[in-house]
Amino acid sequence: MTLRPFRLAVLGLSLLIPAALCAVVLFLILYSGPAMIFNGLHFLTQVNWNLGDLYDDPVVVRGIQVPAGANYGILVFVVGTLASSAIAILIAVPLAMGAAIFLAEIIPPRIRPVLSMLVELIAVVPSVVFGLWGIAVLIPFIGSHLSPDGNGYGLLAASIVLALMITPIIASTLLDALMQVPRENRESAFALGATHFEVVGKVMLPMVRPTLIGGIVLALGRALGETMAVLMVSGGGVNILPTSLFSPISTIASFVAGQLDSAEADPTNMSVRALAEIALVLFIITLLVNAAAKLLTSGALHVRKRA
Amino acid sequence: MSASALNAPRSALETRRLITSRIGWVLCGIGLALVIAPLLDIVAVVAWRGLSAFSPHLFTENTTGPNGGLLNAIEGTLLITIFAMVIAVPLGVGAGIHLSEYGKNRLGSAIRFMSDTLTGTPSIILGYFSYIVLIIGFGWGFSLAAAAITIAILIVPYLARITELALQQVPNSMREAAYALGAGDAAVIFKVVLPAASSGVLTGALLALAISVGETAPLIYTAGWSNYGWDGRFTHEPVAYLTYVIWTFIDQPDAKSHALAFAAAFLVMLVVLAINIGVRLTLRRRDHG
Repeated sequence: MTLRPFRLAVLGLSLLIPAALCAVVLFLILYSGPAMIFNGLHFLTQVNWNLGDLYDDPVVVRGIQVPAGANYGILVFVVGTLASSAIAILIAVPLAMGAAIFLAEIIPPRIRPVLSMLVELIAVVPSVVFGLWGIAVLIPFIGSHLSPDGNGYGLLAASIVLALMITPIIASTLLDALMQVPRENRESAFALGATHFEVVGKVMLPMVRPTLIGGIVLALGRALGETMAVLMVSGGGVNILPTSLFSPISTIASFVAGQLDSAEADPTNMSVRALAEIALVLFIITLLVNAAAKLLTSGALHVRKRA
Repeated sequence: MSASALNAPRSALETRRLITSRIGWVLCGIGLALVIAPLLDIVAVVAWRGLSAFSPHLFTENTTGPNGGLLNAIEGTLLITIFAMVIAVPLGVGAGIHLSEYGKNRLGSAIRFMSDTLTGTPSIILGYFSYIVLIIGFGWGFSLAAAAITIAILIVPYLARITELALQQVPNSMREAAYALGAGDAAVIFKVVLPAASSGVLTGALLALAISVGETAPLIYTAGWSNYGWDGRFTHEPVAYLTYVIWTFIDQPDAKSHALAFAAAFLVMLVVLAINIGVRLTLRRRDHG
């Protein structure tokens, strides 16, 4: 076997990708190590996030220097993340399904590409622009029409913005799958006397269900990690669990993004380490969700081919 | 329809099915409208308020509070994007070459999986990783180098997968012909396969460019913010960027800050949408041509 320098070179380049991923995980673990020891499992179950007294002398707990009175609990952010993503999915799935079905079945093929491109374009609008629109349009609307106390920032605003951002993922996946349903299956259903809508609902949708679920899980992964738009419209709730749709919340991602100043101010660096631990939690959650999406979609392809 | 064509009265069941179907279609149509309407509203609101904030001094003055322009932010976004692309394009295209040409094995699948995992990782995590390693560990401080490297980590896996897809479109007979003429691996790739797939690779690079112009979260912890233009240093010198203006200035109480935020959002959205629409239209023309 001769040495092939070009192949080795591109292999080296491609190995940088796993290397980067491993470096991210490794450094987050190493750096958050002292925070893990200090926080223990309470990290996930406590409501209170308190940086402690940053100007007093640090105290030593379990061999680790921390600001006096510091306590790091992320339950609020975990709940905020799960709640906003779950509501976003609840809003996005029916909208995306309706949009995809209408595009696939009713919209004439001549103008379908234009409309499906519009749907795809939603996915490329930067997160921060969604946030800006949320502040300029959505928040005043919620504040004056829905919210009991006139404040539009909170769980509902975050969920709606998230829903808008993830709808195109679900709609595009479903549209692609619907377009691939074999003609024979549709025509058999029509021949049995089904209405057009029954053909879609009782024949086509069951065939593409695995793909649809894969798309929904993929969208969930995106919603869980979404940062800027949520940071801008969520109201930044800390230390209190959300009680209604209008409660201010923080998600894990938005909280990390908003904590730069306090991280910089901590002389013991313990808050930076605790934030690294949060980032690690978020990484694990999104990794699991994305892996699930991958398994579901790859399985779905096999089912469809056999059908 | 079929029932009336036969001139027979509809049964109650038939009527119910037809009504259900009608309602179903209406709901689906409403769904499509509700999906597309916000996009149109976002474009309209940002374009309207952004354009009404436009003036020549946006491009000639630095951001000094609400009265300034956007010169330093525009310059910073350009610099971050250019240096991120300079780092990421060779790495991403090289990785894509490996995955497409020599990656049909276990190792290739593993790299593909890790690459997709990295793409699915929330960008704030990458930013925080860079903060720990580059800002604190290496002591670079908020800087252009840290920002560009972070964006590069974000777009390399993306470039790799798009390059792989593009190279896969090149027929194997072209590779075999080149090898038969005595070309080596590098010559086959650079003289035959890459030129044949150049438009696909270029598409990927453009989409990656759009991503890096629109990103915010990974820059918060890496670029910092500066009221001044770039002084030529790669480390120990924070840089301004457009998306920072959007998310911080909209929180200021005064209308002038809001106007700057919308002007910045308009510029970012213009670049991102122009690239994405252009790429999609070109692809479609080629598919139909």
